[in-house]
Amino acid sequence: MLLLTCPCCGIAAEETELHPGGEAHLKRFGPDSSDADFEAYLFQRENAKGVHFERWRHVNGCGKWFLAARCTVSLEVFGTYPAQTLAPPAEIIAKIKAKRPDWSPA
Amino acid sequence: MPRYSAFAIAKEAFRHQLGWERAWKSPSLKSQYDAIIVGAGGHGLATAYYLGKNHGITNVAVIEKGWLGGGNTGRNTTIIRSNYLQDPSAAIYEKARSLYETMSQDFNYNVMFSPRGVIMLAQTEHEVRGYLRTAHANSLQGVTTEFIGPDKVKELCPIINIDGPRYPVLGGLWQARGGTARHDAVAWGYARACSDMGMDIIQQCEVTDVRSENGAVKGVETSKGFIGCKKLGIVVAGHSGVLAEMAGFRLPVESVALQALVSEPIKPCMDVVVMANTVHGYMSQSDKGEMVIGGGADGYNNYTQRGSFQHIEETVRALIETFPMISRLKMLRQWGGIVDMTGDRSPIISKTPLENCFINCGWGTGGFKAIPGSGWATAEMIAKGEPGPLAAEFGLNRFREGRFIDESVAAGVAH
Repeated sequence: MLLLTCPCCGIAAEETELHPGGEAHLKRFGPDSSDADFEAYLFQRENAKGVHFERWRHVNGCGKWFLAARCTVSLEVFGTYPAQTLAPPAEIIAKIKAKRPDWSPA
Repeated sequence: MPRYSAFAIAKEAFRHQLGWERAWKSPSLKSQYDAIIVGAGGHGLATAYYLGKNHGITNVAVIEKGWLGGGNTGRNTTIIRSNYLQDPSAAIYEKARSLYETMSQDFNYNVMFSPRGVIMLAQTEHEVRGYLRTAHANSLQGVTTEFIGPDKVKELCPIINIDGPRYPVLGGLWQARGGTARHDAVAWGYARACSDMGMDIIQQCEVTDVRSENGAVKGVETSKGFIGCKKLGIVVAGHSGVLAEMAGFRLPVESVALQALVSEPIKPCMDVVVMANTVHGYMSQSDKGEMVIGGGADGYNNYTQRGSFQHIEETVRALIETFPMISRLKMLRQWGGIVDMTGDRSPIISKTPLENCFINCGWGTGGFKAIPGSGWATAEMIAKGEPGPLAAEFGLNRFREGRFIDESVAAGVAH
């Protein structure tokens, strides 16, 4: 079972306490953007085979959203960090690189 | 290729079974093909088969990373039905269902299609209205379905508890011509027929890159070297995103794990397929006597072919409510597959930004039932360069244009 530590309340939450929220760090495109950008924002996803940044909500706990870095092949969790983050923090990137030397941020 | 028949069995009995041939050949790769299909699952093999049968294109290779039919084709719960709400879905799934009816004869290979009937239970007032609407839509689409009352549900499947504690059965959508088929045999039958037409089925050959020139596809780099092609069909389900990245475009698809499980074999107790979408579980009995059980997909991206335990718990809990007699059954095996989910839960059969490269993906949790129809439509698109009537609505551009085929809302669950 997946265990993620909620950065808001510090609890190591089991999967049943959490709700997945899809890909993290999506760049929003609004009504004035091009059709292609708007489509990409709404529908197209990284769907990475390997390192994946994603949103989670601690729904049966503190109720707050947070972000996680996880491997979709091994299900290894590299770390969690607050939702108020525009890009993966340096320490998370360092943790991933320590375990996946070939990986580079997109 | 020798035909399978009662006479063949009798003949072989007299010569120590020495006359049987391999069902499909293991040829070596050629350097150039008219068409390459990536992925030897049901959809990929069906695409190759109808390319040869309907369009006369037989210089085709089907290349597969693992073994034939070892992905979702061998991991589903084998249910076949076509009672969809939206017109484009009903058309392609009904085409598939009708092709399943004659598949064993077409292939001279027994796929054990069993049109035993499928009931989708209505367990809330909302679901009753939903299924009545689907039944009306189906009669306009030419798909034979019927809304039946609880008494008829009980008559068709006596082991159902229609007075369930949380969700009593209020009726059901009954498709008498739906059913099940042997999923491995579907892949094997297509493979045998493709091999018989002279197509090359190459297993354990992983595509590592898609090579293109001036925006048009030239071939694929594989673990067995470069193979050139005029047309490329990508039919790889859960790994569609990976192949799309090689070909230089992105897809509105996410890959998640979907699980199924079977119980220990018991004596025959149900001869229909029952789907209970409110509590979310579905069950049928295999010819071996195992209860074949499926439920919901996980919500997060996953490429591991195994899912979360709580989803098994949820599914089994739901089914024990509906079928109290299974409460003491032991579960025998559990497995998972990677399904590719689109936003509207409808598939993609489309041209791609790369010329002469075509994609068939996004079948999500309901691909097995569609195999023949999907192959038919994809083969037509690859042969003619443009999607035909079955595939036209399933293009990639529907997301940009807002023309969704919204089965996620119509079904209320993944389907």
